[in-house]
Parts: sequence; C-alpha cells; structure tokens
Amino acid sequence: MASTVTPDPRSVAGKALHVEARTQLLVIGAGPAGLAAAIEAAGQGLSVVLVDENPVSFTTMGDEVPLHYGQGMSGLARNRNAMLEAFIGSEPQIEIAFEAGVDVRLGTTCWGLYANGPSVTWLPGLVAGLNDEERCWMLQADHVVVAAGRRDMGLGFPGWEKPGVMGATAAVSLASRYGALAPRQVVILGSSTDAVTAALSLREAGVEIVAMVEQAAETLAPAALIATLIEGGTEILSGHVVREAAGGDAVEAALVGIVDANGRATGHERAIACDGIILAVGATPVIDLLDALGCEIAFQPERGGYAPLVDADQRTSLPDVFAVGDGAGIWPSKTVDRAVAEAEGRRAVAAIVKNLGIGGGAPPPLRVLPDLPNHDIGAYRLAWVRASVIEARAEFHVCQCEEVTAREILEVRPPRYLDWQNERRNDRSLSALLGAEPPNPDQIKRLTRAGMGPCQGRRCREQVAALLALGAAMPLSSIPLAGYRTPVRPLPLSVAGQIPEAPEQALHWDTWFGMHAQWRPFWEVPELYTVASNDASGPVASE
Amino acid sequence: MSEIKGASVIIVGGGVTGLSAAWWLAREGVDVLVVEKGMIGWEASGRNGGGCSHHHSPLFLEEQRLWPQMDELLGYPTEFSGKRIRLASSEHQMALYGRALSNAKRQGFESEILDVKQIREFVPLAGETMVGGYFYKFGGHANPHRTLQAYAWAMQDHGGRVMRHCAVTGFRTDGGKVTGVETQRGFIACDHLVLAAGPQTGRLSAMLGQEVPVASARCEMIVTEPLPLMPYGGVDGNGLYGRQTLRGNLAYGGGPHEWLDIAGNAAPAKPSTPLMGHIGRRLAELLPKAAHARIIRSWAGVIENTPDGRPVIDRLGSHTNVLVATLSSVGFGLSPASGHAIRDLVIDGACSFADISSFSLARFAQLEPNWRELQGWQALAAEEAIAA
Repeated sequence: MASTVTPDPRSVAGKALHVEARTQLLVIGAGPAGLAAAIEAAGQGLSVVLVDENPVSFTTMGDEVPLHYGQGMSGLARNRNAMLEAFIGSEPQIEIAFEAGVDVRLGTTCWGLYANGPSVTWLPGLVAGLNDEERCWMLQADHVVVAAGRRDMGLGFPGWEKPGVMGATAAVSLASRYGALAPRQVVILGSSTDAVTAALSLREAGVEIVAMVEQAAETLAPAALIATLIEGGTEILSGHVVREAAGGDAVEAALVGIVDANGRATGHERAIACDGIILAVGATPVIDLLDALGCEIAFQPERGGYAPLVDADQRTSLPDVFAVGDGAGIWPSKTVDRAVAEAEGRRAVAAIVKNLGIGGGAPPPLRVLPDLPNHDIGAYRLAWVRASVIEARAEFHVCQCEEVTAREILEVRPPRYLDWQNERRNDRSLSALLGAEPPNPDQIKRLTRAGMGPCQGRRCREQVAALLALGAAMPLSSIPLAGYRTPVRPLPLSVAGQIPEAPEQALHWDTWFGMHAQWRPFWEVPELYTVASNDASGPVASE
Repeated sequence: MSEIKGASVIIVGGGVTGLSAAWWLAREGVDVLVVEKGMIGWEASGRNGGGCSHHHSPLFLEEQRLWPQMDELLGYPTEFSGKRIRLASSEHQMALYGRALSNAKRQGFESEILDVKQIREFVPLAGETMVGGYFYKFGGHANPHRTLQAYAWAMQDHGGRVMRHCAVTGFRTDGGKVTGVETQRGFIACDHLVLAAGPQTGRLSAMLGQEVPVASARCEMIVTEPLPLMPYGGVDGNGLYGRQTLRGNLAYGGGPHEWLDIAGNAAPAKPSTPLMGHIGRRLAELLPKAAHARIIRSWAGVIENTPDGRPVIDRLGSHTNVLVATLSSVGFGLSPASGHAIRDLVIDGACSFADISSFSLARFAQLEPNWRELQGWQALAAEEAIAA
C-alpha cells in the first residue's frame, strides 16, 4: 500500500492470528479416501496431519453429532478407550498411516476451515480450527484434503424421536466398527444400493434385518442385492411407509402401512416388532466444512445431492482445497468398492505433489466418474417426505431441537416459545412470503427456527428442503442449500476461547467501531465534519 | 421488457430502514414499492445484535416510544424485550458505558449502577469477573430477522409491494427530478425515490451526481445453544454487544471489523473468521456460568459507515424528489423512528418529531476527498488478499 496513513487500529489490519503449527497437508477424515491421501502424501515426503473426530464421546453421540445416532449406542460406547481401540482395530490403514509418518490425530475435530478471499484478508493463509476434548487450536495448512464422509437424510414420522430411530451411517458405524449398536432387530427405510449395502453390513455385524420398507412401488437396488437380503429372511415391503414408531421409551415396533402413488395411506397397517428403525432413504455427502469455507457447491444428483464441484484432480473451486471420498459424492459403485474413494485420495495428492514440483512415484490412478443414477434422487426424496411427513397421520416435530412441525414450516409460523396469539392476520403462507421465487431454507429457518438447534440441522435440513420444494411445487434441486456456518460442530465457549489473541487486538475491543464522532450526543455534533477537525482519539461511548 | 406498475414512492433497499419507511408510508395509504436486489433483510439488517437503546441519537425518544408498541402496530412478533444491562470488566469499561447514562438522563430516562452483588441477582449467568455494571430502565432488544419480516408483511397488509431479486441499474431523470428507476426487470416509474440501500447507497447516489460518502466493513457474531432464560435478556458489555434471545441462545458480537472495497459488488461475501474464538472467550468472561455453552453458529455482516459514523437522512441537492437514508452501522434499533422520519420527509418535507439537522448531507461539504485513506478505512492491499 502506498498510503502512509495508519490503518484504523480497531480494524483487523495488522492483527495476527495465532496459529499453533503449520503443515504442508491437512487431511480431514480417516476413512478410505483420507487415509489413502495421507499415506500417499507422507510417502512423497510431505508433512501430513490427519485428523478424525471419531471416536466421538458417548455424550457427543447423544447430541446427534456428527451423525444421527438416535440414542442407539450400547453401553460399550461409554468406554472411550475401547472405542478408540475398536476404531483403530477396524481400519488397518490407520496403523499404516502412523508407520508412514503421518501425524494422526484421532478424537480431533476440524470445526472450521478459513481462507482469505474477497471479504477476508487478514488470515495468514489457509487455516483450520481444531479441537479435542480439552483444547482448541489453529493449524495452518498449505493444502487441505477434505474426506468428511457421508451422513443420512433425516426422515420423520410420528415417534421418530424415540431412541432406536437412527441414520444408516450411524448404525453401521456403531455396529461394524465398534460393536456398540444397541438395536438387534431393525427395519430399514429405503431400498437403494446404499440402503441394501448398509443392511448387509448390519446383518454381518449380527443385527437382524426384519424388513426393508420402500415407499416406491418397486425397490431400487439391483435384484441380486435385494435377493441376498430376502435369503437372509428380510421381508421386502415396497409401496409402504412407517406410519409410526410405536413403543414406550424406545422403539418397540414399526407400524407400517401401504401407500398409493401419491403417498397416501390406503388403510392397511400392521406392526412389525423391532427395536430399531434405520433411515437409509438418502445418503448425502458431508459438505459442511467446504460450504462454510466458500467452496462452490451444487446439487448433483449423480453425487447424492449437494456436493462440491470438483475437477479431475478432486480440486474444489478453491485451488488448495480438495474433496475426496463420500464427501465429494456418493454413488453405488463407490459405496461397494473402497478402491474408488482411495483412488480419489491419491489423485488429489498427485495434483498437490505435481504443483509443488516434487513429483515422483507411480502415475495417479485414473479418474472414476459417478455412475449414472438409476433413479431421480430429487423426486425419490420428495416422494418419501410426501408419504412419510406430509401424509403422516399425526403431527410431529420435523426439527426435533426446536420442536417445529411440518405445518409450522409450511405456514412459516412464529416459534412456539413466543406464544404468539395474534391470529388477526394469520394468512401468511409460504407463497405469500416468496412470490414466484424458490423458497430459501435460510429464510424459513430464521422465521420458524427449524434447523437452528444444537444438532445444527443434521437431522432436518434435507427434510425441510424437501418440504419447501413440495410446498412450492418445485423440484428438490431448485431449493437452495441452507448455508453451513462454522463451527460445524458445537464448540463450548470455554474451548473456543482458547485461541490466543494478539495483544494489539485486545486493546481495541471496547465498542462498536470505536468511533468518537459516532457516539457524540446529537446536541454536541459540530456543523461540519472533516477528518482534520475530528478528534479520532476522543472518548467513545456505546449503546 | 414488460412495463412494471409504477409507485408513488419507490424505496431502493429491502433492509430495516427501507422496510420501516415503506410500512410507515403504506399504513397511510401511500402506494409504495420496495425494490431489493436479493432477499429482504439479507445484509446487515438481519445480522446485528438487536439492540434498541440509542441514547446519543435525535431519534432516541421516538425509538423508546415506539418499540414497546411495535408488536401491536405491526401485527407480527418482533421479540422486543425491554430494559438493558451492561457489565464492565474494568474501570475503563465502567467509564465508557457510563456515558450512556448521562445521555439518557438528560433525555429523561433513569438508570441504576449495579454492584457485584446486584449483578449476580440480575444476571444469573454472571460470576465474579465483572467489576460493576449499569441497569438501563429504557431500551431493550428485538429479533432482527423477525422484525424485518414483520415490517415487510405489515407493509404488504397495507397494500405496499416488495420486489425481490431485482437490482437497480440506473435512474431516469427529468429536470431536477427522478422519474423512475431502471432495474434488471425493467423500468419502474415513481414520484418519489428513497435510497436506503446500505453499502450500495454510496454507489447509487453517485449515479445521481451526489455521492453519499460511505465505507463498508465486515463484522462478526456468534450464537450458542439455548440456555435457561435470565430475567433480562439484554445483558452485554465486556467489549461485546448482544443479547440472550427469547429462545435462550446467547447471540453476541464484537471485535475488530474489516474494511472492504465492495465497489460494484452488489452481494459481498460474508465469511466469518476465527475471531469467533475471541468473541467466545469474552462471552465466557462476561457470563462465566455459560462457559460450557456450545457455539453453534458464527456469521458476519457487511455494513456501511459514513465518515463520522452518523446517519444521513436528507434530500439530495441534485434531485429534490430523492431522499437518501443510511443509518451508518446503527440502524436496526432506530428503525421504527428512522422509518417515521423518512415518511415525514417524503410526505411533509420535514421531520415532525425530532431535529434531525445533524443527519444532513451538508455536514460533509468540506470533507476531504481522500477521507477513507485519511481515516485508515481502506481494505487491505489486494496482494495480501490473495489466498496463500
């Protein structure tokens, strides 16, 4: 800058963010893709930090973070050491990563990624916010590979808040990796290859798959896969939905009913005894960190919904940030063969290494493009929400944290804590709010509170989007993504507050903008304002 | 492009100032149209601390008179909650916050000084960390987003219109008057024009030959999970502004701002930064019994400031039927009153309830052309802005 004038001392100019360490590569997520990337990069001589939030504590699981655990953890999940051993024991590549010299940090969460851009210029570079149970710190990274995996679209029905209703990803993780899944007899919702794969994993872990429920007239997965389930004794109920999760303190039965092509119940219902209902209607890439960072995200049906835009090297719209594995897109052949995800991890590293000019080793694996979807995932998810949520026999909370029903979302009702009794202008609706534009879930959530709770919308955001699409009679892909915000995991004030602050920054916190002239009472304001006549160091006030 | 039905008054900007003005006009039967480039309240108006206690402003009395009535007047909830507590962690802060008391007292509002024991009674989440505080028997706070929507719905109830996703690209003039606005959807005729476009106010007024001097900056806030309600939600201080919402969340902001160059960028990006941690630490100091509470979101807003940080509500000298309004980074709480003032100026030519001469554009007649640079209000150099 040519200017010799001192920058505003109360602005970020000249304030340094304290970073605890710096690495050439940060990999987030120790699944197949992240491990392959980390091991490959360490082999190429890069300094690599690999973080994975798992195993998360029992309490954290109880808060539905990072997956929809639905209180389906067995007591074993309370033993953190056993969970850690099981986590490492179930994935041999973790040990290999340690041996390759990767700085592996398990139980370490990345709650935010930050980079300079059009409206932020004060950061030292690409930085990641990390924490474990006790500590919080910032790590600077030259490159980041995000391998954040998948989670499941939530799907409500009366009783879905009962313990035992949970996402397929959470159930498989608890059962297969930790042996810590409480339900033993489950009903699975959804019939895609992902759903069947989850069911078969659960079966292998000793869980009985009593039934598979599919609202569509036909199941989606290849017949051979479905046949495998049937051979194991699973009843296939296409053209059905769960009308209610019955039971006292936990799921004791799934009340299922037949639905017509419009999702309406036709009256035939029966109870299937089970202690778990597994939601597998829509596996979706975990994109929270990438979206909050500002990477371009788009609805890509072949990748499982909203997913980052990546190039042939797995590079996102930000040049030093890569997305690999399920977090970059979910499709059947990737689900059934981990080599696809691993190849993505290695390709990202090959691009980084090439960029650094230290290339060597084998050429990167070829790019594998997503399968062509065998069904319209937008229409499919809308059909589930129509049949299960809109046509439900009783109202229930779509957003469990803030206790908001589907009707309240569609009528854009003020939240109940306001106890708003003024009904004289109760003609507000989604269409009155919107006019002709697609509904924006961010607007709806601020008015209704749906998705604003401590689970950060993980259980309801896809359902809310589907409700808005149905309410506006628009395709799911037209509903904008509800924005993600850091921290992408709930972070205690006492932990977040550990990030050290530059002393020169601490000096200037006292008031909003700290401007003397702004807070002079109006009866003392001079007639003319010039910079020269202003006493910039004069006393300030505040609201 | 097809002709769009004109309006008696077009307001450019669907933020809190423009929507309040539109409501004030519409409730008197004036044909008003708000033209908004994106979503209503999507910029700073929906991203602030929600405070309503602006003792330094000529609009203060009207602000205080109106807020307790706003739910009833609008017909929709604003979550207004009265009174305010400010806590100080040092004698320096004590002196600084104390200036509000003398300003308010002069205008007839009472306050109390709180000792450490009273702080614990009034603020259950407080601890031993604060040296003292003030209890304002005035002011309060409201929910910005809900209030924004309430203005919009209420003005529509009275026949006002809002056009969203409709950026203004130019103006048509005839002699010394504006006859309408050019938008991306076509031309819209009007008798009066109000520019209340936040950070865009400078650029738009410049197109009419008289630039309102503003600079834009990014500021950050955080929000925690809900906690049990305190008797007064409007508790802040320790360098922070904010409140406990009626839902129980702690929503607070503060810390250094970042000056931006957003020229021509109608929708600047609004990322938050690791400043979240520093806000979090101050909040845990302010309310130690909430230190366990978890932050669930952080966000940033982009707001404009005039050179002296004071509002401009004035007619353009170049076009007599054009009114410009920027509240200079302190607009939400004052909005019931600023909308009233704008209504008065458009309809009657003068503000009926306050002397707002200190909001005139004429005060900048001798402003140095390079005022942004002189005040150090410049975006960091572009080469530093490129991601490492």
